[in-house]
Amino acid sequence: MGLIKYISGIFKGVWSLLQGMAVTSSYFVRPWTIVTQQYPENRKGNKRGRSKKKLEMFERFRGELVMPHSENNEHKCSACGICEMNCPNGTIEVISKMEVNEEGKKKRALDKYVYHLGMCTFCGLCVKACPSGAICFSQNFEHAVFNRAKLNKILNNEGSKLLKGVE
Amino acid sequence: MITEENINVGIKEEEFILNMGPQHPSTHGVLRLVCSIKGEIVKNIEPHCGYIHRGIEKMTEKLTYPQIVHLTDRLDYLSALINNEAYCLCVEKALEIEVSDRIKYIRTIMSELTRIASHQLWWCSFGMDLGGLTCFFYGLRDREKILDIFEETCGSRLIISYNTPGGLMADIHPNFQKKVKEFIKYFRKTLPEYDQLLTGNVIMQERCKGVGYISKEDAISYGVTGPSGRGSCFSCDVRKKEPYSAYKFVNFNEVLRCEGDTFARYMVRMDEMRESMNIIEQLIDNIPEGPYAEKMKGVIKLPEGEYYQRVEAARGEFGVYIVSKGEKNPYRVKFRSPNFSNLSALNTMAKNQKIADLIAIGGSLDYVIPDIDR
Repeated sequence: MGLIKYISGIFKGVWSLLQGMAVTSSYFVRPWTIVTQQYPENRKGNKRGRSKKKLEMFERFRGELVMPHSENNEHKCSACGICEMNCPNGTIEVISKMEVNEEGKKKRALDKYVYHLGMCTFCGLCVKACPSGAICFSQNFEHAVFNRAKLNKILNNEGSKLLKGVE
Repeated sequence: MITEENINVGIKEEEFILNMGPQHPSTHGVLRLVCSIKGEIVKNIEPHCGYIHRGIEKMTEKLTYPQIVHLTDRLDYLSALINNEAYCLCVEKALEIEVSDRIKYIRTIMSELTRIASHQLWWCSFGMDLGGLTCFFYGLRDREKILDIFEETCGSRLIISYNTPGGLMADIHPNFQKKVKEFIKYFRKTLPEYDQLLTGNVIMQERCKGVGYISKEDAISYGVTGPSGRGSCFSCDVRKKEPYSAYKFVNFNEVLRCEGDTFARYMVRMDEMRESMNIIEQLIDNIPEGPYAEKMKGVIKLPEGEYYQRVEAARGEFGVYIVSKGEKNPYRVKFRSPNFSNLSALNTMAKNQKIADLIAIGGSLDYVIPDIDR
């Protein structure tokens, strides 16, 4: 009995290995099931090799924080500092200045919006908290730089102004 | 005079100390296991934790309640959404807020997707620990589809921060239901391939059956929960025992196996993926209308007291304990992480087994080191 069991065990074992090989070899002859993306090549969506699909991130993807500007170099940030308060690890620094507007009133305005990308955990609390929708996440995910100082970014453009109608 | 006896004296009697880790691929992170071995037999294991201790529980004391959510992602990063949910449920319990059914349904679907993704990654790494590299590619290929669903709705793939106290960060994407249904259809076809590839494999069965036994009594006394506990007949599914979110609306079975060995823990996880798919199928078409987030105050302050909420994470029971003094920061937050308790049973499981079996046992426990150290 022992010998029969031993020999049948060998055959069962070999059969189970063949079962597994059937799976792998079935994929070997089905090239349309390949899911690999040719990453650096598919950024521009060129059609060399298999990289036909262009790499596109989803609309909600949290890549890095940006401040959208209009054509007239206007942003929506009123320098209230709510994003700075909501940030868990001090990624955002809102530096404000006092400005005199047309009516002669003193008003707080944005001087520099400093964003430390190296500290950001991309939790999205700042965008959620912003009352005027001044900041959003872009889809750029390639953050590697040669110098750490380059990770400290100023989000508002040079000479930009507050969009009219935003309080 | 050198005889055969003389040569072997020192070698036979001594126990040899072997460090496994902190940089060992099978420990899935920075865990150091100090093993006393005699020949090839493991006599004692001392796990040394703390290589990735970040003081998360202390950090929470300086943060406000909505800010803590992003730290709970970083405990057990493979069940990030479930940890989020546990923390948010605890805060909602303290504030006595009842969230809408829509939020409950979405949270439950997300949790189950996370569970499938986590078990898929476990299957990859378990196969790879035992020497089957093909598993790693197949598991990650299918997990990618879940991560795409997360990315489209939540905005990130691994550390998601999708839940907030009182609701969700954003409503589900219009494509969400369609994509989840596509995934379920796809994965129902692919899961039998997993079985064909690895479960029936003779090498895997020989290395798993009867290895790393832990009895039900030991599992209970060590607090081994989740699939590892259910592999030893310990019925500990929090989803069944204390239904939270939308689990009271669905029918599903608690997967139990009574062998208590590595293979039982393997099979529990494989069957749990099927159960998770059943749960998602029951919920995905019936997401009720409603707000995706309840109206909350600008500054959340919990009333004075102590609050505890537990959920079933992918690796076991995850608990959040908050002590509040009525301020905007918690006084103390304690996370009951499943992996820490599961790890404590490793010595019982691996005693008097071969050193190679330790890899299989560790793989079947599926520990995530940032969850152990916090």
